[in-house]
Amino acid sequence: MKKPATLDIDAILDDEGTRIIVCCGAGGVGKTTTAAALGLRAAERGRCAVVLTVDPARRLAQSMGLTELDNTPRLVVSPKGDGQLWAMMLDMKRTFDEIIEAHADPARARQILSNPFYQSLSSSFSGTQEYMAMEKLGQLRRSDEWDLIIVDTPPSRSALDFLDAPERLGRFLDGRFIRLLTAPAKAGGRSAFRLLNAGFGLMAGAMTKLLGAQVIKDLQTFVSALDAVFGGFRQRAEMTYKLLQAPGTAFLVVAAPERDAMREASYFVERLAEERMPLAGLVVNRVHGSPASALSAARSAAAAEDLESRGEHELTAAVLRLHAGRMQLAARESREQEHFISAHPTVPVAQVRAMSEDVHDLAGLRRIGDLLATA
Amino acid sequence: MDSPDPDWADVRLHVVTGKGGTGKTTVAAALALALASGGRKVLLVEVEGRQGIAQIFDLPPLPYEERRIAVAPSGGDVYALAVDPEEAMLEYMEMFYGMRRAGRALTKMGVVDFATTVAPGFRDVLVTGKTTEAVRRRGRNGRRVYDAVVLDAPPTGRITRFLNVTKEVAGLAKVGPIKNHSELVNGVVKSPETAVHFVTLLEEMPVQETLDGLAELRSAKLPPGGIFINMVAESLLPRAALDRAVKGRFDADELTLGLKAAGVTDAAQATALAQALAAEVAEHAHRTELERAERETLAGAGLTTYELPLLADGVDLAGLYELAESMRTQGAA
Repeated sequence: MKKPATLDIDAILDDEGTRIIVCCGAGGVGKTTTAAALGLRAAERGRCAVVLTVDPARRLAQSMGLTELDNTPRLVVSPKGDGQLWAMMLDMKRTFDEIIEAHADPARARQILSNPFYQSLSSSFSGTQEYMAMEKLGQLRRSDEWDLIIVDTPPSRSALDFLDAPERLGRFLDGRFIRLLTAPAKAGGRSAFRLLNAGFGLMAGAMTKLLGAQVIKDLQTFVSALDAVFGGFRQRAEMTYKLLQAPGTAFLVVAAPERDAMREASYFVERLAEERMPLAGLVVNRVHGSPASALSAARSAAAAEDLESRGEHELTAAVLRLHAGRMQLAARESREQEHFISAHPTVPVAQVRAMSEDVHDLAGLRRIGDLLATA
Repeated sequence: MDSPDPDWADVRLHVVTGKGGTGKTTVAAALALALASGGRKVLLVEVEGRQGIAQIFDLPPLPYEERRIAVAPSGGDVYALAVDPEEAMLEYMEMFYGMRRAGRALTKMGVVDFATTVAPGFRDVLVTGKTTEAVRRRGRNGRRVYDAVVLDAPPTGRITRFLNVTKEVAGLAKVGPIKNHSELVNGVVKSPETAVHFVTLLEEMPVQETLDGLAELRSAKLPPGGIFINMVAESLLPRAALDRAVKGRFDADELTLGLKAAGVTDAAQATALAQALAAEVAEHAHRTELERAERETLAGAGLTTYELPLLADGVDLAGLYELAESMRTQGAA
């Protein structure tokens, strides 16, 4: 395997110019743990860091000594000097509610918050979580209370959703369709559909048939209320984009040495380049190795077979089999990474050895941080 | 041949869910093969637009169309379908209203984008609607077209919401065709013809998510199926040796002798190698002990569990057949 450049985590954490670190990658690769470990390491190296997570895993909150994570940053630990670690978990509905409450007068806010369409959108739209994560990131950044924000991205069906969703929500709320729906208010209460040409008439009929008249009415009410409040979702989405492209942002793509996760990592690296988002490197979690790596899988298996055929040293034979299996796994993991490395030879890589148990406490996070930095 | 009395003989819709990284798609694909074996016809459905089925069977991306992708052991066919919510919506409109043209206009307006992406309840109704339609579909002879349908479903964290479509659209559509459609879906997913299977690994987080997901599923009165414990590594060492290793009392001297006897290393280095291997054994023993604890936790869930072997060379087509065979032997299909 070609040797990739080594990802220097400490250089990134120590650089005061680094203000945002985004951990992204496929689901189940350990993004959240990586984010928390980076946060702790940054704090212990004197940064005032806040970890913004969207992962509702209680265990992670517990590992940071918090009984729960809610929508406000909580102080986890202040190790030394100016160093501090804060953490919060995104509550997307509350974040959305807060935006509404901050921008609308009380009567209008109530109207929006009680709208059934808003309730669905704010609690389960597949892009809302991504959008609100970015919104929260923007809020934290603007508050300037922390000099480093580490965010992990939502467990989307595809890692790329995270880049697209805010834009999609912005485009939708800002788009032609919404203009059409909000038209009644602007046309003196008469149905917009009647004012439009036959094509639209056809569409309106289809919409009503498909969704039912009540849905259309709820949607109209909701959108016109929201429209007045925001003055352009798209604009907000664009601000988020700019923030992510800014030089103080570092993207870390997180993966595991498995085919799907590495493929996703490749896509993500290419996509980040297309969007001109600053990529810092790739973190490969849960890489298996062996303390006896000098003994190859083939030699180990042959020796085991030899002992077995002679009926001697049963235990040694079993240990050699075990070792052969481990080496085989390591070889497969290394093959899975090779594709990525040859396609993206300039991307710095950090490998984190697989641990035999999950992280339960700050000591565990610290250990991950050490592995990240010495990889 | 049919195994005597498979555990889910009466189930027609197998929903497979699991935490990301547990091998949900692999298990769904192997289950489809297992169910099809012996001359049956099974449809494997994916709904998240990832083309995971195509990748696993080493095929070009699947279109929105049911096509045969694999032949099961001792006869039997696996068909696959990648449901695209937009196409499902157009099809739905054509089927119920004969409005294909209007559908195209809606697509251009971004309305379909809206209905399928922005309003998750609608999206899920369309996708589950397409799946349950395949479950209910009958041929001219009046018999069901598919003996079973396997759905590679969204991850554990979203599964209840995904299946509980009537509740999800209730707040939005109180009357109307979407509401009726969702009730039709509900009739299938809450019936004994459906089973929701969980895929997990013997690790803390996936096990915890399985239990949380199961609790949610039960409170929504959706029918749980079995638990597939994926990537189970065979334990090569006797329990007594593992217990000693956990306590740090593994006999490296005996190992040194064994290594010398096997001639893998010269005498000078045998001790060092034995110590390195002993460290590896200790790590393995620790891991095995944790796995044992996770296995006990899962046993407390009250579902049938199936263990699938870790495939040394990763998942390829041969591996899928191996997993399918393992499922059949254990009575999962």
